[in-house]
Amino acid sequence: MSALFGLAAAESYVAVALTASLASALVSVLANRSSKILRWLAFPLLGIGGLAATAAALAALLGASEFAVELPFGLPWLHWHLRFDPLAGFFLGIIGLVTLAVSAYGPSYVREYDRRPYSRAVLGIATGLFVTGMQLVVLADDTFVFMIAWELMSVASYILVAYEHMESANRRAAFLYLLMAQIGAVLVLLSFGVLAAFAGEFTFTALRAASLPPFWASLAFVLALLGFGIKAGLVPLHVWLPEAHPVAPSYISALMSGVMLKVAIYGFVRFLFDLLGDLHWSWGIVLLFIGSVSALYGVLYALMQHDLKRLLAYHSVENIGIIYIGLGLSVIFFGSDLPALGVLGLIAALYHTLNHALFKSLLFLGAGVIAQRGHERNLEHMGGLIARMPWTALFFLIGCISISGLPPLNGFASEWLTFQAALQAASLESGVLRAVIPVTAAMLALTGALAAACFVKVYGVSFLGQARTRHVRHAREASWNMLAAQALLAALCVAFGVLPTTTVEGLNRVTEALTGVALASATERGWLWLTPVAPDVASYSAPLVSLGVGLALAAWALIYLLLRRRRRTVPVPRRDAWECGFGPLSPRMQYTSTAFAMPIREIFRPLFRIREESVRAMDPKLPTHPLELRYLIHTDDLSAELFYRPVEHQALSASRLAARIQTGHLRHYLAYSFFTLLVLLWLVI
Amino acid sequence: MARDLSAFAWVLVVLQTAVFVAAAPLFAGWVKRIKCYLQNRRPPPYLQPYRDLRKLLTKEIVLARTASPVFRIAPYVVCGTAVLAAAAIPLLAVELPVSAMADAIVLVGLFALGRFFLALAGLDVGTAFGGMGSSREMMVASLAEPAMLMVVFTWSMVAASTNLSTVISHTLEMELAIRPSLLFALLALLLVGIAETGRIPVDNPATHLELTMIHEAMILEYTGRHLALMELAAQLKLMIYAVLVANLFVPWGIATTLTGGALAAAAAALTAKLAFLGAALAVGETAVAKMRVFRVATFLAVAFTLALVGMLSFVILEASR
Repeated sequence: MSALFGLAAAESYVAVALTASLASALVSVLANRSSKILRWLAFPLLGIGGLAATAAALAALLGASEFAVELPFGLPWLHWHLRFDPLAGFFLGIIGLVTLAVSAYGPSYVREYDRRPYSRAVLGIATGLFVTGMQLVVLADDTFVFMIAWELMSVASYILVAYEHMESANRRAAFLYLLMAQIGAVLVLLSFGVLAAFAGEFTFTALRAASLPPFWASLAFVLALLGFGIKAGLVPLHVWLPEAHPVAPSYISALMSGVMLKVAIYGFVRFLFDLLGDLHWSWGIVLLFIGSVSALYGVLYALMQHDLKRLLAYHSVENIGIIYIGLGLSVIFFGSDLPALGVLGLIAALYHTLNHALFKSLLFLGAGVIAQRGHERNLEHMGGLIARMPWTALFFLIGCISISGLPPLNGFASEWLTFQAALQAASLESGVLRAVIPVTAAMLALTGALAAACFVKVYGVSFLGQARTRHVRHAREASWNMLAAQALLAALCVAFGVLPTTTVEGLNRVTEALTGVALASATERGWLWLTPVAPDVASYSAPLVSLGVGLALAAWALIYLLLRRRRRTVPVPRRDAWECGFGPLSPRMQYTSTAFAMPIREIFRPLFRIREESVRAMDPKLPTHPLELRYLIHTDDLSAELFYRPVEHQALSASRLAARIQTGHLRHYLAYSFFTLLVLLWLVI
Repeated sequence: MARDLSAFAWVLVVLQTAVFVAAAPLFAGWVKRIKCYLQNRRPPPYLQPYRDLRKLLTKEIVLARTASPVFRIAPYVVCGTAVLAAAAIPLLAVELPVSAMADAIVLVGLFALGRFFLALAGLDVGTAFGGMGSSREMMVASLAEPAMLMVVFTWSMVAASTNLSTVISHTLEMELAIRPSLLFALLALLLVGIAETGRIPVDNPATHLELTMIHEAMILEYTGRHLALMELAAQLKLMIYAVLVANLFVPWGIATTLTGGALAAAAAALTAKLAFLGAALAVGETAVAKMRVFRVATFLAVAFTLALVGMLSFVILEASR
């Protein structure tokens, strides 16, 4: 055990992870010659990288402490610094687990591109570089490596979003993504710049040691919040996310939504808790507010979507919001000198980060199966898929239960910890904070309940009922390796849900290395009980709850098996469902996803910008008989109206103002150059 | 809390759960009886709910052609989560080991899990009614859940715990005074309970009129054993909310020691409390008309506001700082 997860082993795992991902990109250069290279070489290499990254994470959480290396790349006076510590290990593990699943899933998925006019080499190279970039970001130990890796990740993922470039919508989405990513990168760079100005150096060790006056610390915080927030998809900076995530190939969507957003969270946690250090409680209020707004906004807009992948992308906004609520609580408690509670918020946030990576990737992989085998992304055209793809249906159901935050799966465990952190607000000094934090928790509760409604809609409309189109009626089950990928993620969702105490034990190592505090009380009563503050304040026994739910399922299985013999002689009678005596049911009589969300749409109507269009042409001879009935509904993002349009308008009018000096006459430009020179000379002399 | 992990305590847990499940049909029948008296109808005998369940259990199952495995598993999950929730609630005695399994937030989560499968079952057959029921149920639930958690938060601030057992012990030790926070929380919990258990004015358990039903619309296609489980789950949920109201806000009588005498006294006290609550519910259901579906949002907003006011009044008036 100790040899397997020792320091030397961890070093080699990290090295293998990086090299294998990079090698996957390199071998893909030849992928246009034969699709086998992508399927049998590039993806397995990616899988080896993922496995090694997971092993490194286990090493970090079970045994090895940290190590740092200096690679002979980069600037002559600043070589590349890489450092592996529990926080990096934890995020490396998230990257590794999802990459592992994707590497099993991808080979079948890319068959689709054999018949399409897109370059396989580009796909393989960009995927490999994307994963390498993410791994480097979490390992970076100086600003230069961090920014280079960050940009590698952004640009590679831009290429992947734009991969199916023949459709103009994809190109537009990719451009929007690149624009937002670059603005974000500049802000991140500036936030590092503020720190570096006081540190005088660019290594993280120096940044960590720097002490900033409050104003500059707050400025760095705001810049980092915006910069990392754009990448993470916080409202109102999320607008690229529901555009870009759905158009990429499905396993790339899984990597982007499941992992890349987590890398942004990593960046923010590293910046805030490690580099910036001295936390002020008022920052926590900002995080809490933005987190709650993002969570509620994301889930409400998700409910209105009928494109499955777009819906999942909006749910990423929601879950990032939940993670930020945890971070906000943590900062408030740390800022108020209550480190034991602060660490509870941090652990809740990190736990939810892990969980979101797992279930969101699982759901995106499931959506990919439906897209590939049923040729459908629109929920309104699906239905009855459980009969066609029973295994995918099972795994997708596990994903739905997890993301809805229902016990005993993993989404509930982390949301429960977030609630517990929020309830400890009573120990704060400020009365306002004590009143406001539970209200945020209530927003979180509303978010959770709406998420459950949304996933009842998703699962009920797509997998249950009757097929609404021919494609879906003849959909086939996914291949075994695609199922294995989903099974892996589903099993992890169950495992991290049933064993929260063991997970918190692992996370304790991360927080101990990061902040010097661990949540000792959470695990003091053994693996069966999770007691985050004290046993008589709150306790949750996920294994026992799972046992209860398992007993219910076992009762079903027992009765099913006992009656098997009788069913053979007397089969369970199947009849038509009750249709009020109006002839047979047709698939069009089912509730659609728009209809399902209608009550919630009406209640929260002021928050949406809804465009409706209905066509109702009746037969002139028979006024009760419609010739044509059509109803279209589209929900526009409110942030476009409240935030982006004004910003766009300002930017355009500012550039128009600047354009006045653009006369088009050469002599004017010569005059500009001359006067500029004069001014510069005056400045210098 | 699980201070006493002896086998005896666990036997008591199983017994308590069995009593809970056995009493749930009786409580639902009691409400129905009072309603019958109030509406000048002849009430069914006390044993009628049990006879109904027995009959359903022995009847043949008929499935819709389009029903999937989810439809068959859902009754077990719905009923299983209800039994699990019932097990976690202190019914006759506090300090049982099982109360550490699930605190109030987990309890809300268990309800949500049952509801998730119930709503999926409604959508499974692909009829318009099932979808309608599921859609409305999720709407009601998504507004009721925050209000419910607000009540939980108020309690957890008052008692500094989310463990129901600890909360009840804390109430027993508190000096007797009418606290505004708990009064508001009680009102909010009553409204949430009415919405969550599908009683008038939110939903009508006695109707099969297409446009007004919520819960009944979802279980319209169920027959036999499956229907029996769904009915039992609904009865359990009603009883759970009644016990929550009774034991959280009026805990006096509950056994703090595990002796026969204390348990018997607790049973008598609980019976009286539940009989009163059931009668009050019946009076309310007779006096009030069912409201339009979209008015339910306002109803639950009132519940949420009451719970919020309760919490704020604790922070402002009662917090001992």
